[in-house]
Amino acid sequence: MVWNKKYECMPREELQSLQLKRLKEVTQRVYHCLSFYRRKFKERGICPEDIKSLKDLNKLPFTTKSELRQGYPFGLFTVPLSKIVEFHVSSGTTGKPVVDGYTRKDIEIWAEVSARSLSCAGVTAEDIIQNAYGYGLFTGGLGIHYGASLIGAKIIPISGGQTTRQVMMMQDFKPTILTCTPSYALHIAEISEEMGVDLKKLPLRVGVLGAEAWSENMRQEIESRLGITALDIYGLTEIIGPGVAQECPEKKGLHVFEDHFLPEIINPKTGEVLKEGEEGELVLTTLTREGIILIRYRTGDITTISYRPCSCGRTLARIGKIKGRVDDMLIIRGVNIFPSQIENVLMQIDEIEPHYQLILERKKGLDELTVELETLPQIFFDEVRKIEEIERKIARKIEETLGLRVGVRLVEPKTIQRSMGKAKRLIDKRKLK
Amino acid sequence: MKINQISVFLENKIGRLAEVTKVLGSKGINIRALSIADTAEFGILRMIVSQPEEACSILEKSGFTVSKTEVIVVEIMDRPGGLAEVLEILAKACLNVEYLYAFVAPKGKNALVVLKIEKLTEVVELLRREKVKILTREEISKL
Repeated sequence: MVWNKKYECMPREELQSLQLKRLKEVTQRVYHCLSFYRRKFKERGICPEDIKSLKDLNKLPFTTKSELRQGYPFGLFTVPLSKIVEFHVSSGTTGKPVVDGYTRKDIEIWAEVSARSLSCAGVTAEDIIQNAYGYGLFTGGLGIHYGASLIGAKIIPISGGQTTRQVMMMQDFKPTILTCTPSYALHIAEISEEMGVDLKKLPLRVGVLGAEAWSENMRQEIESRLGITALDIYGLTEIIGPGVAQECPEKKGLHVFEDHFLPEIINPKTGEVLKEGEEGELVLTTLTREGIILIRYRTGDITTISYRPCSCGRTLARIGKIKGRVDDMLIIRGVNIFPSQIENVLMQIDEIEPHYQLILERKKGLDELTVELETLPQIFFDEVRKIEEIERKIARKIEETLGLRVGVRLVEPKTIQRSMGKAKRLIDKRKLK
Repeated sequence: MKINQISVFLENKIGRLAEVTKVLGSKGINIRALSIADTAEFGILRMIVSQPEEACSILEKSGFTVSKTEVIVVEIMDRPGGLAEVLEILAKACLNVEYLYAFVAPKGKNALVVLKIEKLTEVVELLRREKVKILTREEISKL
């Protein structure tokens, strides 16, 4: 289902001329409204008039999260505070929070892109949505709420947590859509299984899951345990919240709502713009926002981009599932890895459920990574030898796939902390010293 | 006769063994014999209990990873060479003992040995022929 055919299926040339028109407007506005941007433009020796085509985008300076932090709380707003109607702050997965201020028009844009996302996943006015994203300063809950309202769907604003209550609501209200983080979807599956409730027998059909990187294998796990189609939604507070990009049921990447958010992929080390299909850091420029305008904002998210039209009919560019974060990337004894890659390997091993965490330690000057995995009856044997064999088998599989030797340690069930929001997969003990 | 032994996965952390025994005790389950195989990071607690089925489900509900393993419990004479006699029978038949642990019944004069061994049915036959006493489930629950 396409919510806004005019913009989502616009021929690329037309879309590009719209993007250019909007890009010119926002560069003018930030240059004249904010000394922060004016100074950065001048340092690079450019002015808004230098933007003559979309290719000139790479002349503009990047904006980083730490710069946004320096503007805390309202320093980077491009409108007077009197125009702001709502605040949100980033969930702070990494470091201190970042503030976003929304004007009335920004909230309308947000509702629009969120409605596009939900429609893209198949949501209609007939659906009942169990919205288990946190409501509050986090953008997840309200972002989905605004979009679902615009569509006219029925919303259960349950927010995150209280999982047995979530399962009860699923049985009684019979929602057809679940919106939450992928790790929380698995947690709901686990609790419902403990409660003896078979989610597969309920009318739930689609999950719109996001706010953290998740693997293709995790998707399969969620789909089979909840009996749903699990689709990925992408967004970040700094840009707007959920609704920057959305996967359609083709599951071949997430459509970026390019008439509002202009994407690029860069080499995170050199800043050079990469070609279509090359993996790098996603950079976004907001084209229509008022409260905060971000020019070439470095999202820190690692992905690829494709401009080929999708068989769903959308002409919008697609980004691949987020592979990880630039700052999540671990360099262990010279090998670059993302926690999501380890998760992928774990989920390929039949007997295993992905309750794991990674412990990074420094021993005698060398970094060592240990994967802690919860035991299950399927991988528990009465003999030490067989348990050690399982541990070695998993370690071998990781080494074969990623080229990194890791330790594997089985731990007791339910001892790895469950998350209500974003899962914390890595415990870096090196920083404690 | 084959007996179900309960095995529980334990991390090497303070209080875990206490927790298992507390859970079993609270449900009136008696531990007849136990042994722990341990490594630097984890241990396997093996137990012969009065009601193996109940013990299993209670431990699972309390969040432990549990498995059942078939073993036999044999009675041996409580005198020098008692254990050797039984082991010799098994060795002659080329049967490999994976592990064993012994305990003494409160009322009995003889020692009891839990044996985890390959080809269990064959072992039972062999020991019967050699007149070694193998305890039944009933005998164990009455200990």
